Amino acid sequence: MAQLTLTPTNKATLQKLGPFIALLVIAVGLSIVSPDFLRVDNLLNVMRQSSINALIAFGMTLVILLGGIDLSAGSVLALSSVIIASLLQSGTPPVVATLAGIVAGGLMGLVNGLIISKGKVAPFIATLGTMTVLRGLALVMSNGSPISDFNSDFFSMLGGGYVARLIPIPVVLMLIVFGIFWFVLKKTVFGRHVYATGGNAESAKLSGVKVDRVQLWVYTISGVMAAIAGVVLTSRLNSAQPTAGTGYELDAIAAVVLGGTSLTGGRGWIFGTLVGALLIGVLNNGLNLLDVSSFYQQVIKGSVILLAVLIDRGNKK
Amino acid sequence: MQVTMRGIGKAFGPVRVLDAVDFNIGAGEIHALMGENGAGKSTLMKILSGVYQADAGNILIDGKTAQIRDTVDAERAGIAIIHQELNLIPQLSVMENMFLGREPSRFGVVDSAAMRRQSRHWLDMVGAQRIDPQMEAGRLSIGQQQLVEIAKALSLDARVLVMDEPTAALTHREIETLFEIMLGLKARGVALVYVSHRMEEIFRICDRISVLRDGTFVGERVISQTGFDEIVRLMVGRELGERFPKRTNAPGDVRFQVAGLADDGNISGISFDVRAGEVLGIAGLMGAGRSEILRTLFGVNRKTAGAVSLDGLPLDICDASGAIGAGIGFVTEDRKNQGLVLGMSVRENATLVHLDTYARFGVVNDAAERAAVEQLIKQLRIRTRDAELDVKSLSGGNQQKVVFAKWLAAPPRVLLLDEPTRGVDVGGKAEIYTIINQLASQGVAIVMVSSELPEVLGMSDRILVMHQGRQNGIFPAAGATQEMIMNAATGGKTAAAPVAP
Repeated sequence: MAQLTLTPTNKATLQKLGPFIALLVIAVGLSIVSPDFLRVDNLLNVMRQSSINALIAFGMTLVILLGGIDLSAGSVLALSSVIIASLLQSGTPPVVATLAGIVAGGLMGLVNGLIISKGKVAPFIATLGTMTVLRGLALVMSNGSPISDFNSDFFSMLGGGYVARLIPIPVVLMLIVFGIFWFVLKKTVFGRHVYATGGNAESAKLSGVKVDRVQLWVYTISGVMAAIAGVVLTSRLNSAQPTAGTGYELDAIAAVVLGGTSLTGGRGWIFGTLVGALLIGVLNNGLNLLDVSSFYQQVIKGSVILLAVLIDRGNKK
Repeated sequence: MQVTMRGIGKAFGPVRVLDAVDFNIGAGEIHALMGENGAGKSTLMKILSGVYQADAGNILIDGKTAQIRDTVDAERAGIAIIHQELNLIPQLSVMENMFLGREPSRFGVVDSAAMRRQSRHWLDMVGAQRIDPQMEAGRLSIGQQQLVEIAKALSLDARVLVMDEPTAALTHREIETLFEIMLGLKARGVALVYVSHRMEEIFRICDRISVLRDGTFVGERVISQTGFDEIVRLMVGRELGERFPKRTNAPGDVRFQVAGLADDGNISGISFDVRAGEVLGIAGLMGAGRSEILRTLFGVNRKTAGAVSLDGLPLDICDASGAIGAGIGFVTEDRKNQGLVLGMSVRENATLVHLDTYARFGVVNDAAERAAVEQLIKQLRIRTRDAELDVKSLSGGNQQKVVFAKWLAAPPRVLLLDEPTRGVDVGGKAEIYTIINQLASQGVAIVMVSSELPEVLGMSDRILVMHQGRQNGIFPAAGATQEMIMNAATGGKTAAAPVAP
């Protein structure tokens, strides 16, 4: 590395690809110590395990690009999951139940957006409040116990099915959503408005960007993404748990930050988030393959996140 | 105490702000530092007071080289600065502000009685008997806050006191008080550096004057041996008359009419009209409500009364996007916080307002956008290596041109300009004036707020003068003088300050 001469542009690109390089390094390291790691089914397994976090993290990326935060994502996931399960149990057609759960998640996000944009409440506080409220509602609706066994082929396929008998549907879903988000952020007026609002809300407003509306949409999308993650989780477990998804918002935030998106808003990209989610997934998988105790796994995961962010900081100086 | 700055140089990134500047001041002297906006006055004073570090040159105090690495060093050397933006913490009391970081204490407990006694002493010294040390600083007027800052500087035993445009926000009476205090300090052997644009004031109270232009030192004069004309020549490097390119078009029909405009208490009773191709200047002191007129017209501040019409049709604007839809553009005062998104590229900033023009179904057509941006860069002569560079890497003048570009992608019918050349160097200014003239000749109605009187006089067809939230006359620019405008801006009741020959 020392001999490499870096032009500023080269350096910026390299920096941007930092998380990707870290992912490759860890993957290569793991494949050396544990030959099982590189097997196709294990890699697909890692991606499937990462998919729920990635789906939430995609929505979270938009929120963080705005300079906000969504702490309610895990609770949105749980309540949507309980709503879908209740509907399925009452005999609602699975497609309708699934869509209803996703719409409900969107509405929960919309409430966040309204509190933040119209009520002028700091996103941290607003979503801390709805996190607790929605978790409570999930417990109320389910009476505190899991709702299980849906007897729906369609529904169990969403989390457990495969495309071409090889690629898990959640992985396909993750990649499709990734593609959509990439397009929206890169190519649309809305995406540009997200960056502008997060970069400088005052300038954006004075340039005619409807900042309030951008916020409403972004938090709604975050709710929708949490609900979709809820669909995948519920389907895989064949059960809706009112306590599901606790702390998932933090994993999602970790994935976004690992991917290089700035918590102060305005800077970041969706590819980084995908890599960040996979990085966390690979780490989980690798530590399992290596038989590291779950207690130490937490210590190691946290340290890696801190290390990555510190290196990123150092580079930017 | 004698302070000498020698060969001072300073650059911010690619922008060279100071180049081999000399400056010296001695005890019992009031020394004016003049120069146009962006000439480097504030930077030079920030180096003297340890806020910035010089890249080149050195500072001598009484003939010995002094190391001023930070504000603490400067304080120890007896150098204090009162910044243009006052630095008091509004929630703390006057005395807590004065003794911030050096509170008199006994066994770690703040000795409030001592603090009160000492602050009383220094406040009396600057003639601020009416200020209670226990009052919240935020409740004081700007003039009173300035007195508190001066008292604080004295309590630090400052031997050199730098005042950066202290009178910009003061009323006439407050200015008189300030001058008395300055003369008192001078008599006690304090050296005062007075940074200001106000020629009359400088000729009234200063002893010597140093002039900067484009970051270089152009000369020092004894006040009694020079005059307005020479100083202006030193400042701009040429005759005043050439600074503002002539406009040849004749204004057309009335395009923009405002009658009885008022907001939530900052402005009221504002009425004017602007013709197509005309530039209406708005002058007034800081806080007189100039920017508020523009913000209210643009729908950012709430309008509480008044009627606005454009080309004869009444307008009801309640937010920025409504104003933009009606064909109004707004080049804001503070380009870093209100005009640009600094983390975005030149291209992304330039197309932020009219991005829809290059989009179908919400999807941006990259090629069309890039072509439009290239066109704007050429038209406005924005100097950037690449439209993809971050806008923050550009110089102030070029950043300001990007702000103009935002509004020119689809030509507006009315363009509101708030301090369009603030922080722009002389060359950049001339280019911006040319842009303004081009827009006027295309029939845009322009309303321009500016604190620089020569700019208002040189660029406007007519000048509306604000005083304390109300308009105090509209003058045709031909035949108007700085004195007339200042007189109206200060309420029109007080005579202009006496002028040295």
